Amino acid sequence: MIQTIAFYLFAALVVASGTLTILARNPVHSVLWLILAFFNAAGLMILVGAEFIAMLLVIVYVGAVAVLFLFVVMMLDIDFAELRAGFAQYLPFGILLVLVLAAEMIFAIGAWKAGGIDMGSRIAPTPSEVPNIEAIGTLIYTRYLYIFEGAGLILLVALVGAIVLTHRTRGGVKAQNVTAQNMRRPEDAIRNVKPAVGQGVEL
Amino acid sequence: MSMTASLALTVPELILSVGALLLLLVAAFGGDGFARAIGWGAVALFAAAGFALTGPAGNGGPGFDGLYIADSFAAFAKLLIYIAAAVSVAVAPGFFARTGGGYRAEYPVLILLSGVGMGMMVSAGDLLTLYVGLELQSLSAYVLASFLRRDTRSAEAGLKYFVLGALASGILLYGISLLYGFTGTTLFAGISDSLAKGMGTGQMFGMVFVFAGLAFKISAVPFHMWTPDVYEGAPTPVTAFFASAPKVAGMALLLRVAIEAMGSGTDAWRQIVVFAALASTILGAVAAIGQTSMKRLLAYSSINNVGFALFGLAAGSAEGVAATMTYMAVYIAMTLGSFICVLQMRDRDGQPVETIASLSGLSRSRPGLAAAFAIFMFSLAGIPPLFGFWPKFLVFDALVRAGFWPLAMVGIATSVIGAFYYLKIVKTIYFDDPAPTPFAPAASKLEGGLITLAALAVSPLGYLAIPLLDATSMAAARALF
Repeated sequence: MIQTIAFYLFAALVVASGTLTILARNPVHSVLWLILAFFNAAGLMILVGAEFIAMLLVIVYVGAVAVLFLFVVMMLDIDFAELRAGFAQYLPFGILLVLVLAAEMIFAIGAWKAGGIDMGSRIAPTPSEVPNIEAIGTLIYTRYLYIFEGAGLILLVALVGAIVLTHRTRGGVKAQNVTAQNMRRPEDAIRNVKPAVGQGVEL
Repeated sequence: MSMTASLALTVPELILSVGALLLLLVAAFGGDGFARAIGWGAVALFAAAGFALTGPAGNGGPGFDGLYIADSFAAFAKLLIYIAAAVSVAVAPGFFARTGGGYRAEYPVLILLSGVGMGMMVSAGDLLTLYVGLELQSLSAYVLASFLRRDTRSAEAGLKYFVLGALASGILLYGISLLYGFTGTTLFAGISDSLAKGMGTGQMFGMVFVFAGLAFKISAVPFHMWTPDVYEGAPTPVTAFFASAPKVAGMALLLRVAIEAMGSGTDAWRQIVVFAALASTILGAVAAIGQTSMKRLLAYSSINNVGFALFGLAAGSAEGVAATMTYMAVYIAMTLGSFICVLQMRDRDGQPVETIASLSGLSRSRPGLAAAFAIFMFSLAGIPPLFGFWPKFLVFDALVRAGFWPLAMVGIATSVIGAFYYLKIVKTIYFDDPAPTPFAPAASKLEGGLITLAALAVSPLGYLAIPLLDATSMAAARALF
């Protein structure tokens, strides 16, 4: 019973926040609604027992992608009113896309009733008795450890490559040098002066 | 198999990756002032990794549940790869210093990481290992190609290589997913078992896509378009690297996939390999004739050579695979030698010159360099007293033994076309009037020494190495069958 209530709650909120994402006038609000939609989608994933995908949704989509959207939206000066101006012009194309998607969905549901494609068995079948986070962790850190480490090296190369190709040391930048600051003595910075009467301080 | 035993098999990769991380730390804290020291550190690491091949890493069998294979085939290919990579690290500082800086501490580190990727490629026992290794190698290569980022040609080369390489990776990955979907496994052994029961359309499509992706990496026609542009634009030591180590890795990977994973479908892939071999040799020979840049010419020469090496695979026998590996070994010596010779082509200000016309009359101003060029060109053309003839002979011998004598005849005919442009360079060097601006005198003893070594290796003295080369390449080939 509680699952059904949770499902309807999450599902309704996904649909509602999805609608508000495209209807909100302020693009920043759109991104915030999108984040809410991702959170509720993660809730739905937990309900169907795919907690790894739920985690990915929160960590990757909310944590990285949506925040990136937010930054881009905030930093770019986009006139959204102007972007919406061509709504009627793009409407036929939009409706065509919607029709194609709807046809595909109906087709997919029909095909789903007919059973899965006859393919080879899986090399690492999903075990039914352990949670899927545990299953994927066991596979990655034991059987596929070698490849996992290789993937780590690929990311390191990407990191090094990005720095090699874009980083340049610029002159004239006032970077903070903590050691120089700590080494500075009072006598370098302070000068005691005793101006005579009627004279100002000369700097 | 325990994790420790598996790790013991990957000692060369461990040495290279841990070493690369340490050198990266040195680079981060020491800055580019340590670049040369880091370069020598990288050469030492390659030597250590090569030495580690004498242990279980050289002949220990499969590890990590079959993901990694440490056999004599992998050891043979790794030795060639490490030598080529070490040479391209060693010659780099001189080149960058002469062309106005740009040498940075990340160069040796990237080549080391690329070396790890190439080691993974040649030791792959699974499509996943294959893909991860290939990406590690390619990603480092993209960065290396645009290493001189202020040079527009270098940046263009990097971008082109990246876009086309990403496309090829996508094709390869699609093939891998099809193979996995229709065979239910990514292990080479499992794929081989599945194909033995008959090859369906799905497997066939997967195989074609995998071969197309790998053909791109070894720049076999029709997936060669990137080669001349990238080779021309990349800094010369990087081009030397591209033409040598990744070619060996890609070729060894192709051999392993073809024999170990798809050995039961030889008839299906043989047509692909035969077409790629014929097209590569013909296009590599014909398209090189009109080139004016030495680096572009060597790019077409490498396409041509890959075609000849593929003839060995087309034979599909252990002799053919051994011939291909021998070919790659000799090819490494010839290519590295030629590219180090190209490094010597500089005007009085030390700026690199690349036109073939600037070589005219070189025999009078730099007789030593001219002789070295002549040796490498004759050897690449496969003219008998030089060692470049021997692997070509082995490849065609394997083809004839396997009963493909018409193919061997066509191959020999294309090698004659190829000989034309190699000989044209020798003619330019020895018989043309001297160029108005002679080259700057030799600047580096190291480069001179390396040229001498490579020239000795491809000279008739190389025939002394035949028993050793035959024995090791045959042992390597036997490991696959």
